[in-house]
Amino acid sequence: MNKELRRVSIVALSMFLALFVSTSVIQVFAVDDLRADGRNSRTLFESYSAERGPILVDGTPIAESVPVDTQYEFLRTYTQPELYAAITGYFTLNQGNTGIEGELNDFLSGTANEQFLDQLGALVTGQSPRGAAVELTVDPVVQQAAWDALGDQQGSVVAIEPATGRILAMVSKPAYDPNRLAAHDTQAVLAAYEELINNPDDPLVNRAIAGDLYFPGSVFKVLMAAAAIDSGEFEPESEFPNPPTLELPNSSSVISNSEGGACGGGETVTIATALRLSCNIPFAQLGLALGEDTIADYADAFGFGTRVEIPMRSTASTFPTGLDEAQLMLSSFGQYDVRVTPLQIAMISAAIANGGNLMQPTLVDRVIAPDLSIVQEDEPVLLSQPISRETASIMTQLMVDGVANGAASNATIEGVAVAGKTGTAENGGETPYTLWFTGFAPADDPQVAIAVVVEDGGGFGQTAFGNRVAAPIAKTVLEAVLNR
Amino acid sequence: MPPTDSLPTFTKSIAITVRQPSKLRNLELFLLLVAIGISATAIVLVQLGVNGAVDVGVLLQAGALGMLALGMHVALRVVARDADPFILPIATTLNGIGIAMIYRIDLARGLSGWEGLAVRQMVWAGVAMIIALGVIVAIRNHRVLARYRYVAMFVGIALLLLPMLPGIGLTLNGARLWIQVGGFTFQPGEIAKIALAVFFAGYLVTARDSLSLTGRRILGLQLPRARDLGPILIIWVAAMGVLIFQRDLGTSLLYFGLFVVMIYVSTGRLSWVLIGLGLFLGGAAIASRTLTYVEGRFAAWLDSFNPEVYDAQGGSYQLVQGLFGMAHGGLVGRGLGQGDPTITPLAESDYIIASLGEELGLVGLFAILGLYLLFVARGFRIGFNGTDDFGRLLAVGLAFVIVLQVFVVVGGVTRVIPLTGLTTPFLAAGGSSLVANWIIAALLLRLSDEVRHQPRLVVDE
Repeated sequence: MNKELRRVSIVALSMFLALFVSTSVIQVFAVDDLRADGRNSRTLFESYSAERGPILVDGTPIAESVPVDTQYEFLRTYTQPELYAAITGYFTLNQGNTGIEGELNDFLSGTANEQFLDQLGALVTGQSPRGAAVELTVDPVVQQAAWDALGDQQGSVVAIEPATGRILAMVSKPAYDPNRLAAHDTQAVLAAYEELINNPDDPLVNRAIAGDLYFPGSVFKVLMAAAAIDSGEFEPESEFPNPPTLELPNSSSVISNSEGGACGGGETVTIATALRLSCNIPFAQLGLALGEDTIADYADAFGFGTRVEIPMRSTASTFPTGLDEAQLMLSSFGQYDVRVTPLQIAMISAAIANGGNLMQPTLVDRVIAPDLSIVQEDEPVLLSQPISRETASIMTQLMVDGVANGAASNATIEGVAVAGKTGTAENGGETPYTLWFTGFAPADDPQVAIAVVVEDGGGFGQTAFGNRVAAPIAKTVLEAVLNR
Repeated sequence: MPPTDSLPTFTKSIAITVRQPSKLRNLELFLLLVAIGISATAIVLVQLGVNGAVDVGVLLQAGALGMLALGMHVALRVVARDADPFILPIATTLNGIGIAMIYRIDLARGLSGWEGLAVRQMVWAGVAMIIALGVIVAIRNHRVLARYRYVAMFVGIALLLLPMLPGIGLTLNGARLWIQVGGFTFQPGEIAKIALAVFFAGYLVTARDSLSLTGRRILGLQLPRARDLGPILIIWVAAMGVLIFQRDLGTSLLYFGLFVVMIYVSTGRLSWVLIGLGLFLGGAAIASRTLTYVEGRFAAWLDSFNPEVYDAQGGSYQLVQGLFGMAHGGLVGRGLGQGDPTITPLAESDYIIASLGEELGLVGLFAILGLYLLFVARGFRIGFNGTDDFGRLLAVGLAFVIVLQVFVVVGGVTRVIPLTGLTTPFLAAGGSSLVANWIIAALLLRLSDEVRHQPRLVVDE
């Protein structure tokens, strides 16, 4: 009987061992996956019972958890709600979080793996765990300048430090008040959310990185010119025929330059002149000569097709594929089906400003634990090298010419060489234009690269150009950076 | 063995006989005080964690249970001086932790007094301990039980079938395992398992020769004779009946596993195990195809995180929420009263282990599993060292009942096996289960007392 007993006790021991293993797997090894599951309401509950870390701009909280006398203990409060709404996003009790509040939730709520020892310490000392503070790269002066300059227009401004990828300003209008969604009254929050989500102007959408995307129009010519020169097949002085109108192949459609007539006179026109005066017909011919694949390759290198994470994931900008000749020609000046985010356009200027090196754009400077130790510090990361230093230098000169002597004249700043390019994108039919400016300054030592987009023709329907509406906004923001 | 013919050794062994029992009981007293201390601390921590204040009333009620446990200890000093010193403290600790967790869940749900489950659990614990005390005092010699083996069988089967009777049978959570008389519900199957263990032990001790020595060898396995298969077939039919008509996979697994282990231990024939497993797995396989609730359990087990299974009626929602809770607890737990165990349905009964995992962490679960393991080991120890085969077999059977229950419940909650409804011994809310498990503890105490007695008598003679 003892032999059998021994065997049965081994079986019993094995059954217990299985339980020791299964509990260990769940409570140690699978914890991250289980906590990250969207159906795990405990993770959410936890995220608002702890004192959530603040979001800081230049050391000042723009979002912080204020103690209140309700069961949730803390109320998330935004001190300049609309100004920073596109960046902070909102923090709700159980309706999800967006923006930095969503992306860095683990750090802010104190549940990130990097903060494990802090959690353990809090458990032992009996203190409530506290989240880490997130310091942003945003410059409050530049952000305010961008906000003010955009005025009542719908649109977006993105300003990036070219050498590091640090985002200095990111504005999206119309904005909303995240305090309305952070309230503890669930019914009021739901009502506010319903109102915002049904608002036809989409205030909840961060236009800088998401939304329906824009036609870039002529700002795409910067990428086209850079691709043409960097490919080695063309030079700034390469010439194209200069007709006042051009019938598209296999089509009855006719394209013309935006000012009408030929591009600056003459039988032929150079790429340099076409970029400076922003003429469509030479670029249509250039696109045909370069070919779809080459353009697509350069677009990808500049970030098209990538969901850049800042750390919020941007919508990928797209350059279409499988084009016939007519579509390729339209795409070459940013129409047909080229679609971009303002972030993407700012990245093109930033890469040119930084000698052809495109830095990973980011909003997060560092994460600071409650005990002031640095949990995470973001070093500049090279995203790609779309063009050579030489190409970047040539492009800089061409873009400076565009502001000094060309179509982007309203971005001129006294005593500073500004590189820039305007855009006026058609949206089809009677729909008002989308107005653009992108560029950087100072051209010899770029401190800031910028993209400005103004929707709805800036209120002027189909009569205004980017230079009239978007360039002055950009100028104001560039000045704010240069005057720091 | 010391030589028995020399006088000094003889007196020495007498001295040991006299001293050792009180040593054992003193150890038990010390461990029992620790157990009561742990339980009281757990209740205070629950109160501080949830309410931030101490409620003395509940502590006094729990204190009465502590006094009962001490009363049991005193009784053991008189009627079972050599009983195992670990069994009572372990049962008390587990019962106390269970009450603390049930009380914690009551507080989270805003239930107090008779609305809540904690008070009922405490009353049941008191009833169970008094019954256990009665068992220890009444049954002075466990061999008496062997005489009543067939009575035990009929009682066991009758208890099993009781919930099927119209009028008093009650279906809860899809399983027809309860009887209801007045406002009072009871799960007779919990007691049936003890009756059946007594029957198996008594029957197998007498029938094992015919079971182990006869039969033909086929393919290297000695197969039993057809007529010897009778009882095992009856049990198989009963277990399958429970599975099909009472819709309870766990209970049928419990009875069947119990019988297979006991028949193997008594006859030493692996063929019984293979036949038993084959019959059970065959039955379960057919059931998993034909009975939708079994099929659903399998799907919830294998594909828990599939949104369709998760959202399905009777799907994996509860299982997944339990896993979330345990992950929430992590290594060291949230602390008593600091987690959100009430998100998981049945957090106080079927899922109390997940609730404890959430608030006490993996460390706490290891401690609890360790206590079960020690409890079971004490039972197996009687099996190894006992003096009569009936007692040895009964002890192993009862210990294995605990093993199976812990494995089926904790294994179900942690996805080792498909989830089935069994109660976690001593921890989970439920009166019948508490009564049954305290009776098991009492029987093990009684059986262990004999173990201590017998060898010395042999030596001293």
